[in-house]
Amino acid sequence: MDKKQAAVSLRNVTKTFGSVVANSKVNLDIYKGEILALLGENGSGKTTLMNMLSGIYFPDEGQIFINGKEEVIRSPRDAYSLGIGMVHQHFKLVDVLTAAENIILGMEGKLNLKAATAKIADICNRYGFEVDPNRKIYDMSVSEKQTVEIVKVLYRGADILILDEPTAVLTPQETEKLFNVLRNMRDDGKAIVIITHKMHEVESLSDRVAVLRRGEYVGDMITADTTAQEMTDMMVGHSVTLNIERPDPVNPKPRIEVKNLTVRNEDGIVKLDDVSFTANSGEILGIAGISGCGQKELLEAIAGLQPAEAGSISYIDDNGEHDELLGKDPLKIAAMGVTLSFVPEDRLGMGLVGNMDLTDNMMLRSFRRGKTVFTDRKAPKHLAEDVVRDLEVVTPGITTPVRRLSGGNVQKVLVGREIASAPTVLLTAYAVRGLDINSSYTIYDLINQQKKAGVAVVFVGEDLDVLLEISDKILVLCGGKVSGIVDGRTTDKNTVGMMMTRVGGGKLSD
Amino acid sequence: MIDLVAFIPRAVGQGIPLLYGSTGEIITQKSGNLNLGIPGVMYVGAISGVIGSFFYEQAIRNGATESGFLMIAIPMLCSLLGSLLMGLLYSFLTITLRANQNVTGLAMTTFGVGFGNFFGGSLIKLSGLDVPSIALTKTSTYFSKTIVSGDSNWFGKIFLSYGFLAYLAIVIALVASFVLKRTRVGLHLRAVGESPTTADAAGISVTKYKYVATCLGCMIAGLGGLYYIMDYACGVWSNDGFGDRGWLAIALVIFTIWRPNVSVLASILFGGLYILYLYIPTGMDHMEYKEIYKMIPYIVTLVVLVITSMRNKRENQPPASLGLSYFREER
Repeated sequence: MDKKQAAVSLRNVTKTFGSVVANSKVNLDIYKGEILALLGENGSGKTTLMNMLSGIYFPDEGQIFINGKEEVIRSPRDAYSLGIGMVHQHFKLVDVLTAAENIILGMEGKLNLKAATAKIADICNRYGFEVDPNRKIYDMSVSEKQTVEIVKVLYRGADILILDEPTAVLTPQETEKLFNVLRNMRDDGKAIVIITHKMHEVESLSDRVAVLRRGEYVGDMITADTTAQEMTDMMVGHSVTLNIERPDPVNPKPRIEVKNLTVRNEDGIVKLDDVSFTANSGEILGIAGISGCGQKELLEAIAGLQPAEAGSISYIDDNGEHDELLGKDPLKIAAMGVTLSFVPEDRLGMGLVGNMDLTDNMMLRSFRRGKTVFTDRKAPKHLAEDVVRDLEVVTPGITTPVRRLSGGNVQKVLVGREIASAPTVLLTAYAVRGLDINSSYTIYDLINQQKKAGVAVVFVGEDLDVLLEISDKILVLCGGKVSGIVDGRTTDKNTVGMMMTRVGGGKLSD
Repeated sequence: MIDLVAFIPRAVGQGIPLLYGSTGEIITQKSGNLNLGIPGVMYVGAISGVIGSFFYEQAIRNGATESGFLMIAIPMLCSLLGSLLMGLLYSFLTITLRANQNVTGLAMTTFGVGFGNFFGGSLIKLSGLDVPSIALTKTSTYFSKTIVSGDSNWFGKIFLSYGFLAYLAIVIALVASFVLKRTRVGLHLRAVGESPTTADAAGISVTKYKYVATCLGCMIAGLGGLYYIMDYACGVWSNDGFGDRGWLAIALVIFTIWRPNVSVLASILFGGLYILYLYIPTGMDHMEYKEIYKMIPYIVTLVVLVITSMRNKRENQPPASLGLSYFREER
């Protein structure tokens, strides 16, 4: 341990935003040739702390030592000149520029794209990246964009690399590729910090973990000497159970019946191809699939937001009567007496209005009620207060615009509102994306409560481990086709993974 | 048939102020600032130049020696200074104080037009003439000096019959295009307008780029006002004489899909459309047709907007953060 050289040492670093303390007297060392996983719940100040290293924020108090020398980092430029590079959770790339142009952005000297392209190719060869320097960013997939971000940082000669939730949007294969690259870089003597919520990634990748809780540094551990349970307890501050319960369905009855559904998107590409399944009341139907395989279109078609080319979606009420949902918009569906709740993937885009406060966002569901031209603000206000209290939403108050809340808290507000309407069908897409482990389990609990109450839950997830633990049945989509429907209790990760990549789940030829 | 040899120089004369305005606005918009104050800035650029040359001409009348250099330098500097101040005002409000850009821009247009008319009116009073205009004929002769004299062949009339400000406008537009496309400064400016957070994280000073681009854009636009008075209008200022050309310049920005080099020809096209009604015989019975012809530039802009939006090519869209203010520690 002694021979390790500290690349970065933070001493008593404090940062406040108004009255909110984001970091309080944090002491942290980052060593060369080591991958450090930075853990903490949502809003525990991980990103803020790293942003102070990368020059986005300026600390109120404390000192930062880089390679043993005290430095003041006033701007991203200072950070770069000290060899610190950060890959942000929300990519910092200009869409209409090419990869090469993005990579050299902000550097001095004469514009020479040819020389830049050569240097990029050199970096790619060294670490095993694949980047086409002349492609525009808007043509790229998420993982390609991320590669560009990492190359950008390396191009500037960074030897202290910070990655903020780099795997949140990657497929398992892409994640493995990224990890290999990161291991290469570690062996090259670079200091790497990774912020992530996924425990198995921490275990497989990092050498050491450091934990933040409510802006304060709790401690660090060698990854090999600890367990996921221990790390989680440290993060949360008390013991948490890492098991998702799966009560047996009580009296399941068909609730949503989808038959031969075919959907094309705006560009005329088939996103759903002849999809049929039934979702039962009191059951959780998990939907697995590589991202972009039609999950979004499926949920939106049921919610009345996506027109379909062929097929039918029927809602079956308690008396066994069938009502067609296809071709109706959400208002008409509601008017039929069907309470359908939709927690979309894009929380602040489709679910909530970022600039409006909690009360107003609650009203989005109820403002049509009432007989006069005046809206009823009392009920939504109480609802907002209930949601904040019951789901432990961390917010300065119910008059705070939701965009100011952290991701987990935004999700709690959205789920809280949707559940409050006592739905008979609950559709959720990536309900825990970007959420820390504690918030995730809160959300799982909420979903299970709905299931117990007899709601038909359709749960689109990306974490196969979770899907296998929570779902009663799992529908696997592959390229818009139903690859198969399996029982969540008896199947395993391998089977589902295979079905995700190939319809029917047969062995791949290679 | 339209007499092209007579029509084209007039169209160019109409187009040059639009070219200055659109080049200035493109540079500004590339930094993410939607400056709707351009019409006002062009008024201020014009009246500032007029004020400068008015007092210089008075000094000459009172016995000062006439210097060709000062005849041009004084109005130019006054005009640049006037529009620079407008640019600084807009920048301070929208970049430093992060005021709403649309509101600020519209307020500046109202202010600029009023400012021009107020000082224009004051000068008219000072000059003590009966006509409601100021004639700066001496200054104008310097500004509208052409390479060849009036009665040359068609080539000379179409290409060489303009004052130096007309050629300067084309040079500025071409240089602006080159800088935007081929240099690091241009790359950084585009990055600032597309995604200031990205630019900032890459170590580019967003505030500096926004300030410089907006102020420079205003100064270029202001020259358009000066050209209109000193060259096109032969040195005659009359209140509201500049009309709605500033809005046309902003329409040109969209029409050219943010390309100053395209604006060179597009502005002349718009200039031609703007005065087309003078060359199409309508007769005295149907004066209303003239007003319809005057609408053509705006209709063309709408059509271009529809086409570029439908084709939905990313390069042809406005800078992504146009109209938004930037604050690094925004949460």
